[in-house]
Amino acid sequence: MNELVTPRTKAAEEPRVARRGLRVLTVEAIGPVTILGGIVWAFAQPYRVTFFYPEGKGAWDWFVQPPLLVVLVGLLFALVVAPGLVDDLERSSHEDAAAG
Amino acid sequence: MLPRAEIAHWLFAAGFLFFALVLLAEAIVGPDVFRRRPWRAYLWPSLLLFGGVWLWVIAIYSTFSTLHLLAHALWAQAAIAAGVVQLGVVRGRLVAPAWSLVTAAGLFVSGVSFLVHEQNGWLFARSAFLHHLIGWTLVVAVLFPLGAALRPRWSVWAYGFAVTWIAVSVMLFSDRDVAPIFGHLSELAGRAPVP
Repeated sequence: MNELVTPRTKAAEEPRVARRGLRVLTVEAIGPVTILGGIVWAFAQPYRVTFFYPEGKGAWDWFVQPPLLVVLVGLLFALVVAPGLVDDLERSSHEDAAAG
Repeated sequence: MLPRAEIAHWLFAAGFLFFALVLLAEAIVGPDVFRRRPWRAYLWPSLLLFGGVWLWVIAIYSTFSTLHLLAHALWAQAAIAAGVVQLGVVRGRLVAPAWSLVTAAGLFVSGVSFLVHEQNGWLFARSAFLHHLIGWTLVVAVLFPLGAALRPRWSVWAYGFAVTWIAVSVMLFSDRDVAPIFGHLSELAGRAPVP
């Protein structure tokens, strides 16, 4: 074996590792992309955010502001679901590598 | 103090968006990795059951219209049936892919309920338009759980199912009690009903 000749197992492993990396990246991106979507929406339609247009709004309007709900969902996913999922994906990758 | 219908729709939209992101994550990492932690495995059956219970609450307050009451009660039953089946799948009691047909039936019933309980024409107002759109989206989305029952190894069904809920969430967020659609609003929209 040298730099030009590599074992066949290594060559087969590389695309699998790359795919796993892409999955980790995608799962990590879901939350921030959702948050960004909510922020862009808030700027595109500020009248849907009660903080910007408080006149004549009731209690429910303060509690439920659609763009902020989207940001909240993105935060919830990014902080509660994604970290453990990425850990498990990486652990599964290591286990697969150890098992050969 | 009861919330307006649009407020309830936006709350459900937020719930559906979270539900969709969880389903999307499961589709990306695969069910084996996703179910490594029990709380995660039970997350989406629990969300379905929670949504079903809330739909019963909405049904209770939908006494202004028999069709609304029936439609919300049907959704509640469909969501709870799908939740119970998913609970059985996660616990390993139900292993046959054909159990996915229950989800397909639930989606179909939900789609038809959306279509029949909206009595106004497509272009009456935005809420009428979106009810029709959501109804047809759910009816078409039956394809995904149906595919999962027939070809369980294809991951496209899981992605399609997750994207369906993202689409439903966007449609529900766009919902307003009275708003124009395509620049047209019926002059009757938003008026108090004639007794």
